[in-house]
Amino acid sequence: MARYGPNVHDVLIVGGGGAGLRAAIAVAETNPNLSIAVISKVYPMRSHTVSAEGGAAAVIKPDDSLDDHAYDTISGGDWLCDQDAVEAFVKEAPEAMIRLEHWGCPWSREENGSIAVRPFGGMKNKRTWFAADKTGFHMLHSMFQTTLKYDPILRYDEYFVTSLLVDEGRCQGVVALELATGKIEPIAAKSVILCTGGCGKVFPFTTNANIKTGDGMALAYRAGVPLKDMEFVQYHPTGLPFTGILITEAARAEGGRLLNKDGYRYLQDYDLGIPEDKPVLRSMELGPRDRLSQAFENEKEKGRTLDGPYGAYVHLDIRHLGQEVIDEKIPFVRELCRKYENIDPVHEMIPVRPVVHYIMGGIHTDINGATSLDGLFAAGETACVSINGANRLGSNSLTELLVFGARAGSAAAEYASSQSSFGTRLDALATDEKKRIEKTFFNSNGNRSERVADLRKKMHNAMEQGAGIYRTEASLKTSGETLSVLRERFKKISLEDKSYTFNTEFVSAMELSYMFDVAEAIIESALKRTESRGSHQRMDFPERDDQNFLTHSLAYKTGQEIARIEYLPVTITRWPPGERKYGQ
Amino acid sequence: METTINLQVLRYIPEKDPDPFYQEYEVPLREEWVILDALNYIKDQIDGTLSYRWSCRMGVCGSCGMMVNEKPILTCETFLEKYMPGPIRIAPLNYFGVIRDLVVETDGFMEKVKRVKPWIIRDKEKAPLEGEYLQTPEELSEYKQYSMCINCMLCYSACPVVGLEPQFIGPAAIALAQRYNYDNRDEGQNQRNDVLLTDDGIFECTLVGECSEVCPKKVDPAGAIQRYKVQGATEWWTSVLLPFGKK
Repeated sequence: MARYGPNVHDVLIVGGGGAGLRAAIAVAETNPNLSIAVISKVYPMRSHTVSAEGGAAAVIKPDDSLDDHAYDTISGGDWLCDQDAVEAFVKEAPEAMIRLEHWGCPWSREENGSIAVRPFGGMKNKRTWFAADKTGFHMLHSMFQTTLKYDPILRYDEYFVTSLLVDEGRCQGVVALELATGKIEPIAAKSVILCTGGCGKVFPFTTNANIKTGDGMALAYRAGVPLKDMEFVQYHPTGLPFTGILITEAARAEGGRLLNKDGYRYLQDYDLGIPEDKPVLRSMELGPRDRLSQAFENEKEKGRTLDGPYGAYVHLDIRHLGQEVIDEKIPFVRELCRKYENIDPVHEMIPVRPVVHYIMGGIHTDINGATSLDGLFAAGETACVSINGANRLGSNSLTELLVFGARAGSAAAEYASSQSSFGTRLDALATDEKKRIEKTFFNSNGNRSERVADLRKKMHNAMEQGAGIYRTEASLKTSGETLSVLRERFKKISLEDKSYTFNTEFVSAMELSYMFDVAEAIIESALKRTESRGSHQRMDFPERDDQNFLTHSLAYKTGQEIARIEYLPVTITRWPPGERKYGQ
Repeated sequence: METTINLQVLRYIPEKDPDPFYQEYEVPLREEWVILDALNYIKDQIDGTLSYRWSCRMGVCGSCGMMVNEKPILTCETFLEKYMPGPIRIAPLNYFGVIRDLVVETDGFMEKVKRVKPWIIRDKEKAPLEGEYLQTPEELSEYKQYSMCINCMLCYSACPVVGLEPQFIGPAAIALAQRYNYDNRDEGQNQRNDVLLTDDGIFECTLVGECSEVCPKKVDPAGAIQRYKVQGATEWWTSVLLPFGKK
């Protein structure tokens, strides 16, 4: 439905995962006359939402309450969440989830046919909806298949966005390269929503898919939009060694236990409660992810973890659940363990270690997904509203995609409807961008010798060593210096592949350049936050400091290589900062 | 010295290669490596020009299907050691056009997926505030298996009918239609019949069953097709014999 002709739309959504597809449907529902395009570097059903396992939180049972969900989220986030955003989130979550049910999502059910819920880490009531342990997969496919019935939603599959088109102070589209042909062209739109997901690939050991390289964050950052709270990187406590494949929190929610090398449930030593036979909400293995990952690091320091070829690990024991429960509630856990670790968790313990999983930070948006740049919106992991604060609770992110994807979609639709014309410079801007890309990557000659894989590996090492679970000023500074050197070296990047046909080396080089921007924002934000809160633990500043840091960090790109950091107070509505208590 | 294994990888860059050819690479044989790890090793260490798709590396995104020693598999979940002592022959998925190297045309498949109307169709939709549609675990299990398809397209590469009749709507699309047909929330089967009981639909299938053999998620498209045929034939006869009845 090209109302304006090819490559011109009302709303353009970058990214075809959960947030992007939900936004697309919201635009179509807000105004069926708008031309909507979803552009993505992969076919939508390949998006990383597909890998999410455990579930999506929304209050639906009579013994639960919106205030409980809000309190769990805010305390889980160590009081860095904006409470107005959290209140809107928990209030809209149940309807958002029911809509997905109406679109066919195969939620697991109670015997009477109503939605079933399971417990999850940091949540005091059972409120996590699930589709066995392939929740993200089913949500993504249900939504993707549903988008197919909306004629106004067009797709640009396998197009890689290289920059935003900004003219007259408004974002009016993107420049993108079609992977199949190498054609670089402008795609104009009256509003743009970035839904490109997270950036776990900045780190070497991550549950994140290969495509999670922070593209949208870097695109916004380069256009002058600040990145918020980038120092808050979530380590999930249970990833498989070597592959980093996620073993869902649902394994612990169903009763899985974490054991050190002596077979001891070590979480009891870290203020997380006392071990019981049955799982207890907000206690022990159902504590929040930041605290569990930190406990692992401390066990490692004490020499109480096991040693394997890929470093230290502990055991996740689900044997006592029995084959029937495992096959019904967490069959993917068994499938993954058998395929990738060659063990059967019905009979053997699963080796696990903390793994980079999620970034709480992202593009700074308001409660409707709007950024500081007119016409530019963001939703999902790439955005920071913020409902996740300093530590996201498991099962809030899938719901976030729905609630804030829909909000951003409606807001972008309204904004697009209010705009009558495009800027005059779009074609000229696109021509310049095309020249830049061709000169840098395809026609480069002379003294260029740097390889993508080498620089990427060095960036990985720098991030793991300097910006991991525990950080210090010295570790962060060293990593920052390494990054500067690598960015300088990137100016001499050389591609072996000069073909315009499906050039994945080009994509990797662009992704690396995006990751450098994201890494810089993470390091600088972490360096300036001289306190410990949630997932950001500074060994040189071990206490939380509400006096100085009940604030969001905003990282701005400057002409120099180091980000400028500003601060924005956290919005507090009804829950004044308190102590995070678990296991009671 | 580290043990290695020989990979013969089909290469084709349309701007410069008149025909596809096999290029050989020696890669370390490591017990924890899957085929995809070997391809990534080639890409990062030996030859940056090799193109292929991949993403999740945990068998759920459906990107990395290829022909390995003539069989369609997901390269992220198949270990190198299985092919000792080698060589391992890696080619793009059968019966799809090749864009470059191991990257195949996907748009045709996407079109087939859309044609079966894979979404909930109802005469009257419930408002969200009225709550969820009830669906018992038994009702869920009626279609759950068919909902597990990851769109990896291995079943198309295994299907001899797809090889002969490219317009055949194919195993995954039919299984997807059944996923909705057997969902008690859906009322759209008649609309899907319009697509599936045509010439390119279910009757093209000759029941070879290879699709179910290669499915990495045990979706059993062959079973889905068989179920449709039994039911579709009945409906076809009904529509012929009772043309004015409810189609």
